[in-house]
Amino acid sequence: MSAAWAVVIVVGLATMSMKAVGPVLLGGRPLPVRLTRVVALAGPALLAALVAINTFGSGRELVLDARVVGVAAAAIALWRRAPLLLVVAIAAAATAAARAVGA
Amino acid sequence: MDRTFRDGLRAVAPFAVAVAAFGVSFGVLARAAGMGSVAPVVMSITTFGGSAQFAAAAILGEGGGVAAAVAAAVLLNSRYVPIGVTVAPWLPGGVVSRFLRAHLVVDETWALAAEGDGRYDPGVLLAAGLTLLPAWVGGTLAGVLLGDVLPDPETLGLDAAFPALFLGLLLPQVRGKRVAAVAGAAIALVLTPVTPVGVPIVAAAAATLLGLLGLREDAR
Repeated sequence: MSAAWAVVIVVGLATMSMKAVGPVLLGGRPLPVRLTRVVALAGPALLAALVAINTFGSGRELVLDARVVGVAAAAIALWRRAPLLLVVAIAAAATAAARAVGA
Repeated sequence: MDRTFRDGLRAVAPFAVAVAAFGVSFGVLARAAGMGSVAPVVMSITTFGGSAQFAAAAILGEGGGVAAAVAAAVLLNSRYVPIGVTVAPWLPGGVVSRFLRAHLVVDETWALAAEGDGRYDPGVLLAAGLTLLPAWVGGTLAGVLLGDVLPDPETLGLDAAFPALFLGLLLPQVRGKRVAAVAGAAIALVLTPVTPVGVPIVAAAAATLLGLLGLREDAR
């Protein structure tokens, strides 16, 4: 078996197991109230982490590059209540423009 | 058609284009990394987790070996354990149904299905997952087949699409939960240079515990 197939099979099985362990073991039953309150906070915490890492992260380094321009433009568009599709288009266009001029 | 399923289809549309474009770039990268043309497509179906797949392909391409590629991808996807726990109470059906619906959980579908108070809408999750999985797999196939004739998504600025989308999903949820959001972002950024890729996102989940402590103050 090639290295690629070994990785595909092991990562696939591991990922499916990690995604399913909660839903299969706990599924259908409500969580305890205290845990539900923690879970309600998981959304903002993880989303904010994803925003930060996808804006500034490059592997194990933090970098300032053209993505910052795009995310800043997106933040302004969101503040002006633009629809999400437009927000994404603005972010991509601003980043592409910044990259084209060498940022 | 279920009403929330239709809502989900509408909400997921902005993501489908970006996800397909990154599926293309994963296909191109995986092919260039020597993964062949079938294995990357199978990986997109079975793993369905963009960042982990990119990391695995990049490590294989650099000659990093199976163990390093697996370790990085599994670490990156380990956030799906806590994420799976958050959606678990809301997934209907028997074990097989819950297993298949759990497979459709990725960052984007999970965030779209969130109702902001700890509840998750299974109709939105299903619609978003059934849109993004074919977009991701179809993009991968196109990347593997068409390779270098396609423009680089970074030239088009599409790498900024994901933080912009996550920001758009974060803002409606952040009210009264700023402590958790700021702590999550801060923990992720501080840990990025000092831990393996993937750890910062999981550690940010721990920010929910800090957020719980700050909740009373923040709600005032």
